[in-house]
Order: sequence, then C-alpha cells, then structure tokens
Amino acid sequence: MFTRKHAIAAFAVLAGLALAGAAGAADNGRTYDLGTPVTHETIAKWDIDVPPSGKGLPEGSGSVAQGREVYAKNCASCHGEKGEGGPMNRLVGGRGTLASDSPVKTVGSYWPDATTVFDYVHRAMPFTAPESLSAHQVYAVTAYLLHLNGIVPADATLDRESLPEVKMPNRDGFVSPDPRPDTDNTACMEDCGD
Amino acid sequence: MTKKTRDEGDTGTDTAPADPRRRRFMRDAAMLAGAAAAPGAVGSALAAGKPEPLAVPSWTTQQGSPILTPAYGMPSKFEKDVVRRPTDLTPTDLSSWSFTPLQDLNGMITPNGLVYERHHGGVPAIHPSEHRLVVHGLVEQPLMFTIDELMRFPQVSMIRFLECSGNTLTEWKSATGTTVQDTHGLLSCCEWTGVPLSTVLKEAGVQPEGKWILAEGADAAAMTRSIPMDKAMDDALLCYAQNGEALRPEQGYPLRLILPGYEGNTQIKWLRRLEVGSEPYMTREETSKYTDLMPDGTARQFTYIMEAKSVITSPSGGQRVGGKGFHEIRGLAWSGRGRITRVDVSVDGGRNWETAELDDPVLPRCVTRFRLPWRWSGAEAVLQSRAIDETGYVQPTREQLIDARGLDYVYHYNGIQSWHVAPDGEVTNVHA
Repeated sequence: MFTRKHAIAAFAVLAGLALAGAAGAADNGRTYDLGTPVTHETIAKWDIDVPPSGKGLPEGSGSVAQGREVYAKNCASCHGEKGEGGPMNRLVGGRGTLASDSPVKTVGSYWPDATTVFDYVHRAMPFTAPESLSAHQVYAVTAYLLHLNGIVPADATLDRESLPEVKMPNRDGFVSPDPRPDTDNTACMEDCGD
Repeated sequence: MTKKTRDEGDTGTDTAPADPRRRRFMRDAAMLAGAAAAPGAVGSALAAGKPEPLAVPSWTTQQGSPILTPAYGMPSKFEKDVVRRPTDLTPTDLSSWSFTPLQDLNGMITPNGLVYERHHGGVPAIHPSEHRLVVHGLVEQPLMFTIDELMRFPQVSMIRFLECSGNTLTEWKSATGTTVQDTHGLLSCCEWTGVPLSTVLKEAGVQPEGKWILAEGADAAAMTRSIPMDKAMDDALLCYAQNGEALRPEQGYPLRLILPGYEGNTQIKWLRRLEVGSEPYMTREETSKYTDLMPDGTARQFTYIMEAKSVITSPSGGQRVGGKGFHEIRGLAWSGRGRITRVDVSVDGGRNWETAELDDPVLPRCVTRFRLPWRWSGAEAVLQSRAIDETGYVQPTREQLIDARGLDYVYHYNGIQSWHVAPDGEVTNVHA
C-alpha cells in the first residue's frame, strides 16, 4: 500500500533530484550557483567609491597650489576661472543663501561631505575624459575647490587621512528619512475651493 | 511650425493649424462631428452638406511594400512627429533629458523608442558579452555575473512606471510647459523583465549589517545611488528587457536596475556594480542633486518615492478642442506607493468633480488610464484631474505643495495640472 509516509519519501527524492538539477553545487550554499567568485583584486578598478568614512581613498596627496593648476587646465573652461560657474554648475560661494529666496547650491554651501567631491571628480570628471586624473590630481583639485570655498587654508594638502576629517559647512543640513506625505488634500466633489 | 504631412487627404482642410498635435485633435473632432466634414469645414461640420462620394485611393489599386520593409518595423511615416523632444534647460545634450510624447499615446505602455531619457554622461555602447555585474561588499561571497548568467536565473516581468524626480519641475513657479510632453513627459511605463535583485543578493549572502546598496553604472558618469536594503529585497529587479525586447541602449542596455515607484535616477542604467554597505554612500547624486531644499535651508534627502499624480493627456496643452459636443477626457494616473484607486476630473477649475473610469489592468506602481465622457458647450473650461491611491493619499494642489515645501524644492512636483480651454477650443497650460 502506498502510504503517506511513502509519498513523503517519494517527494523528498523528487525534490532532491530537482534541487540537484537546479543547483548542482549546493554544497557552497548557493541555490543557483551562477556567477564567478571574485576577490578585491579582480574588481579594484571598478571599486572606486569613496563614502564619508574615507574607505577606499587611494594613496597620494595634493595641495591647494597643485589643485589650482589642475583646475585651470581641466575644469575652468566649464565651471569658470574661480568656480563661479558657466556654462556648467557653479562650484563656489552661496554660503548663507539656502534659506533665502535665491538659494545658491555649491560645493561650499550645500555639499555635506568632502569625500563626495573626491568621489565625483574621480569617477565623472573632467566631463570629456572621466577617470583620467591621477589620485594626486584629484586630491589637489579637491583641496583647491575646498579652499575657494573658504573651507581649507591656502597651504592645505589633502590625503586619505585628512580628507575625511574636513567638516563641510552644510554637514548637518540634510533631513532623512523622507517625511512625506506632507500634504493632506481631500477629495471634495461639489462646490469646492471656497 | 511643422510641414503638413500627417493628415494629407484626411479632411483636406486648409484651416487646420500646422502643429501636428493640434491637427490630429481637429481631425478626430471632425470625424466625430460628422464623419466626413466637407473640406474647410472643420469645427463647423453642421455647415457641411452631403459628403463627397468616396474615391478608391491608390493604396487599394496597387501592391504595397514587401515584407521586411524594414526588418525591424517602424511606425507609419505619417507618425513622424510623434517623437521624444529635448529640454532646453541643459547646456549639453550629453547630460540632459528628453520627454515622452504623452499626448500622442494610448493605453498604458510606452513604446520603447518613446521612453523618456535622462543621461548624466551620454549613452554608452556596451557589448553585452563584455559587460559584468559585480556584487560585493558586506556579502558572504563576492560574485561576478555575465549577462548570460543573469538570464539563467528565474525570470519575472512587471509593468511599472518610470518617472524622473524632476518631472514637471518647470511648473512650481509658473505655468511654463506648452504641451503635456513638456510638463509631464519625464514619465514612461514599460513591462520590465529580469531577475529579482533579492535572488541575486541571496546568492551572494548579505551580511546582517548590510543595510544599503551602492548601485553603479558603467557609463561615463559612473552614475551612483544608495539603495535601502529593504527596497532591494522587496520588488527590485535586475532588468535586461523592456516591452519584450532587450533594453534599449538609452535605457541601460544590457542591464539596469528597476526600483518600482522610486525616482528614475535611482534605477541605475548600464548597471555594473552593487556594493553592500552599512551606511549610505552620500554620492553626488544624493547630496548635491536629487535632494529637496526646504524654505528653512535644510534639504530632504533619500526622498525616493514618486507620490500619486495624474494628468489629462487629451485634451491637453497645445491641442485644440475641435468643436462643441462629445469628447472623451483621457489621462494617466500613477503612484509610487501602490495602486491608483480613483481619479476625479473637474472641468470647472476644481470647483466640482466627477469620478472617471479606470481602464484595466490597475497595477501597483504602474500608470493607470482614466477616461471621462465630456460634452463641451463651447464655453471656457478648466480641466483638472486628481488621483487617489490605495494609501488614501489625494494628489495635492499646487498651493498645498508650495505651502508644505516652498518654491525651491525643484523635484517631486505632483500638483494638480490645469488645462484651460478657450471658447475657440485652444488648450493652454494655466495655474488655476
């Protein structure tokens, strides 16, 4: 007689076969066993993000003075001689304007983390040749932009230790999590709006 | 002005405006009014007498084109004006955006060639066999996938809207856009196919402290956003196909992220890397950009959800209501928080409202088509629509948005849109 116990056993065997078919190498804990295990060495050139902790910052350093040269050569044509903007984003100034009727959002007035300047310049700038600047050049141009915004002195040099220590003026200017919904319209149907 | 092409031989009218959007609307109106208005009589079809006897046109008396003309089919040549149109707000067309022609579309699906674009470093041409996705960071086993490997995972498809957080941003301070393409065209809706992100994350084994994911593109912007783990494990999709075919290059070929209901920029295109971390990464695109400035000078950050919104697409700005009598008011409604449950329509600037019909299917985080019959008296009218979603949220007025957020918020504008209909039928964008 084919009992419930047999049925369960049969199911277990079938399920085992199905699993073996779907995931032959289940001994590594992965259900599908697709993809290739990688080490950091494999992905190093892609793993370029720099969060506020500074983790991932490369070796090297750059000074404000060096940054002035890097900026003039690679950045000024889009962002203005001193970061005043035009045709692309303004990078300098605007401190104290965020609560005004004409807020000016720049690296100095708005960006909460200095590490983001390094991250973004390294990954996406200059616009016509992203990832073409060396780590030294990126440290230098970051130092220069921070100096133009009055955040680091003229003799500053930045590296993987000092960059995450820079406190940006608008560091505490951001609110999360999202407080929305922040409106409470009602679905009035007749003679509305008075 | 555009050279007349679409309606040649249609009504024969020489009174139709040259703008193709208006011409089509008038053509439709003329057909409604009398099915065969006499030449020159659009909008006054009653003056038309007996229709002209129908002739047998040339396309009936000779063979048409052979198959494979062309191998990948294209719209009729008479639809050549139904295209994406660019913004005039950006100094470069590499980091820029283009708008979907919502006024010319029907149903809920956006054709692939008309899905809006927003790129931050141009559209890369990526060879699919050379593309890789890396999953690493706070995982048990960092993994690298080819596209072929990702395609072997169990597959899901979902129809979901995609909206730029900057959609309708020109409307905060004044009624600016001419057409609904200008005002709301950073909205599209596709069937997206791929593997659930949760499936792939479980393969790599997310460590308990892994609460955020950095998603990064392979484009020249190496576009990056931080994604909450809860969203990644909920309904996020590693997407390789849209509307049945491979992703279009401008939509992230060969791989993009789909995060239903989230602002478009988070749904990273040309996706190459997912890094699991314990904190958000504070990328440029979630600090300098895509943050929402409040009147007190603080800014809201990680405002991912696109809230409930709707817009009437017909009649809409730049069109002309072609005569008194019956018209169907049509539009789209959507919510990043779930399903649309109701859409109300007003023809008197928001004083009185009627509930519109919703077309099936009504899906979560997807556009829903609404329709309301309207008999136009020929008098001035202001058309509005108001969406309600399954959370009970009612789409706000512009005034309510400004009260809550001020005028420099930039993103996430979802106020009720008003279209003014003049006695001559001309439809314009107004703040009512």
